[in-house]
Amino acid sequence: MSQETTHIVSYKTQIFVLLALLVLTAISVAITRIEMGPFNTAAALLIASIKASIVLAWFMHLKFESRFFTVMVAAVFILFLLVILVTFFDYSYR
Amino acid sequence: MSDSNNAHNVSYLDYKGQYKGLSAWIFSTDHKRIGLLYLYTMLAFFSVGAILGLLMKTELIAPGATIMGPKAYNALFTLHGIIMIFIIVVPGLPAVFGNFFLPIMIGAKDVAFPRLNLLSWWLYVIGILIVLTSQFLGDGPPDTGWTFYAPYSFQTPANVLPAVFGAFVMGFSSILTGINFVVTIHRMRAPGMTWFKMPLFPWTLYGTAWIQILATPVIGITLLLIVAERLLGIGIFDPALGGDPILYQHLFWIYSHPAVYIMILPGMGVISEIIPVFSKKTIFGYKAIVLSTMAIAFVGYFVWGHHMFTSGMSGRALYTFSFLTFLVAIPSAIKVFNWVSTMHKGSLDMQTPFYWAVSFIFVFMIGGLTGLVLGSLATNVHVHDTHFVVAHFHYIVFGGTGYAFMAALHYWFPKMFGRMYDLGWANLGWGIFFIGFNALYLPMFFLGMQGMPRRYYDYLPDFHGGNIISSLGAWVMISGIIIIFANLIRSARHGKKTTQKNPWGGKTLEWQVETPPTLENFEEIPTIEKGPYHFGE
Ligand code: HEM
Ligand SMILES: [Cu+2]
Repeated sequence: MSQETTHIVSYKTQIFVLLALLVLTAISVAITRIEMGPFNTAAALLIASIKASIVLAWFMHLKFESRFFTVMVAAVFILFLLVILVTFFDYSYR
Repeated sequence: MSDSNNAHNVSYLDYKGQYKGLSAWIFSTDHKRIGLLYLYTMLAFFSVGAILGLLMKTELIAPGATIMGPKAYNALFTLHGIIMIFIIVVPGLPAVFGNFFLPIMIGAKDVAFPRLNLLSWWLYVIGILIVLTSQFLGDGPPDTGWTFYAPYSFQTPANVLPAVFGAFVMGFSSILTGINFVVTIHRMRAPGMTWFKMPLFPWTLYGTAWIQILATPVIGITLLLIVAERLLGIGIFDPALGGDPILYQHLFWIYSHPAVYIMILPGMGVISEIIPVFSKKTIFGYKAIVLSTMAIAFVGYFVWGHHMFTSGMSGRALYTFSFLTFLVAIPSAIKVFNWVSTMHKGSLDMQTPFYWAVSFIFVFMIGGLTGLVLGSLATNVHVHDTHFVVAHFHYIVFGGTGYAFMAALHYWFPKMFGRMYDLGWANLGWGIFFIGFNALYLPMFFLGMQGMPRRYYDYLPDFHGGNIISSLGAWVMISGIIIIFANLIRSARHGKKTTQKNPWGGKTLEWQVETPPTLENFEEIPTIEKGPYHFGE
């Protein structure tokens, strides 16, 4: 059994993370005003992924856990990305 | 707690915890009791689903309205599909035999989160109850088919929402079971049981659990979007509101195709357990089976579009999905070769579980190969939405998962109940079932190729012959099912008692613990040195 470690994130970091999330939210709204065709979807997904990664890393402590979990989460992200890619084989060529 | 109730020497069936009677079951966190809770719930609903199927086949014995009209028929196939898919085969083997045997087979005392496990069962039951309300409340039972395709599912006045929401709740049950199994397998294997010393049934449960975790949320969100669209009129799928109905099909099949692997992978695992035991031979190509399991679980995510070849996807999407579909058939075929090679020159012990396992291979191959006919773009256009598809998936879901379930039940029954069933009746039941099964579904391939569509209560007179055989087959098959379950239910209560640990000569850990297992399975957690199937040493 591995040792349970508790890691306490300082308020300062928490607030930085919160600000980063708010800024990214603002960007994802602002970016819809630019006409980019299918890349609008890509941009929205990209920003959402960055936000999710931030939440995972700090709020959900992935950054302080064993590397193994990071690898697992990354694998899930890649799977998700591939599913979206395949979906767009349909939408981009209709 | 008295000494005679010591967790180490009392069978899980006799153990007296803090609750009595029914509560001792429905509040038990023992993985074995939870497995049986699922088993009994499924048996109850399987009987309902089977009766609905029988009624449909009786309707189809002659053209025109025989015993019901179109409305009733549509409601029947919808409920039949929802019960059989969401209540029976999706939870199916993992919920019953995974719960009961996964911890034992990897040398653990329980799953990682026993309470979460109980919560899964409760969510499952609550989901079922919600689905059932759709039959009695509002404007009549849903008539959309189990696929709830848009835009019809938004336009029908029938009571679609409870069915959809019930399926959503059951999805959570499935996700929780998946999480539980993944953690159990990662963290609770007995010392010495490396990944490649783990038996194959736990391996398939592992692949399945990942699909449960990663694919089920997609259907959950999709079903919620239906709710949002129906209640709030937000245009997501309904073209009248500016939505895209094909998006619904994408989302639905992004879950539902991987879900067919949730159904079949554990079945393949059971067959991989049974074949070596009754061939008295080490499994052929253990690693090939493990890798093909994981390959199926992975590639299975990318083939969903083969359900939508005629829906108007782009050409590029069509051939991509067709190609990937052919790819996923390869690991399935690898497994068949492994099973056959295991039997080759084995010393075969012809017993009931083995009959089920061998007949599994037979019907699974028919189902799999007709899948390739459906996976080819040109032939799909011809047989899509005909009885050919109905035959394909019954061969592979009922023939695959269903036969594997029966095989597992007859294989593990003495261990689970500490009693033996009557072998003569069991074999007779199997024989009648097998004949009825093929008479029921084989003609559907021909009917489909002749052009008989699915999901209609009526048909042209040209299709009468095949339908007569098929409907009679249904009655034969049901007789087999009645014999099988009458035998098992009677034996579970009054069958010959047995405490023999290893009636079939198996090598995996469940055959080394007491029959029936004690509350904590193992007095001492074993240390594993050999692989799981070391026969003939
Ligand atoms: C050898 C691998 C397989 C191939 C190539 C394959 C291919 C296909 C294709 C192309 C369809 C769509 C037919 C159509 O609607 O036009 C289909 C339908 C279906 N398949 Fe398979 N399949 C395979 C294995 C399986 C397995 C293992 C299961 C379940 C355990 C399964 C369950 C189903 C179901 C339930 C449907 C019908 C869904 C519906 O429309 O109601 N298939 N299959
Ligand atoms: Cu499919």
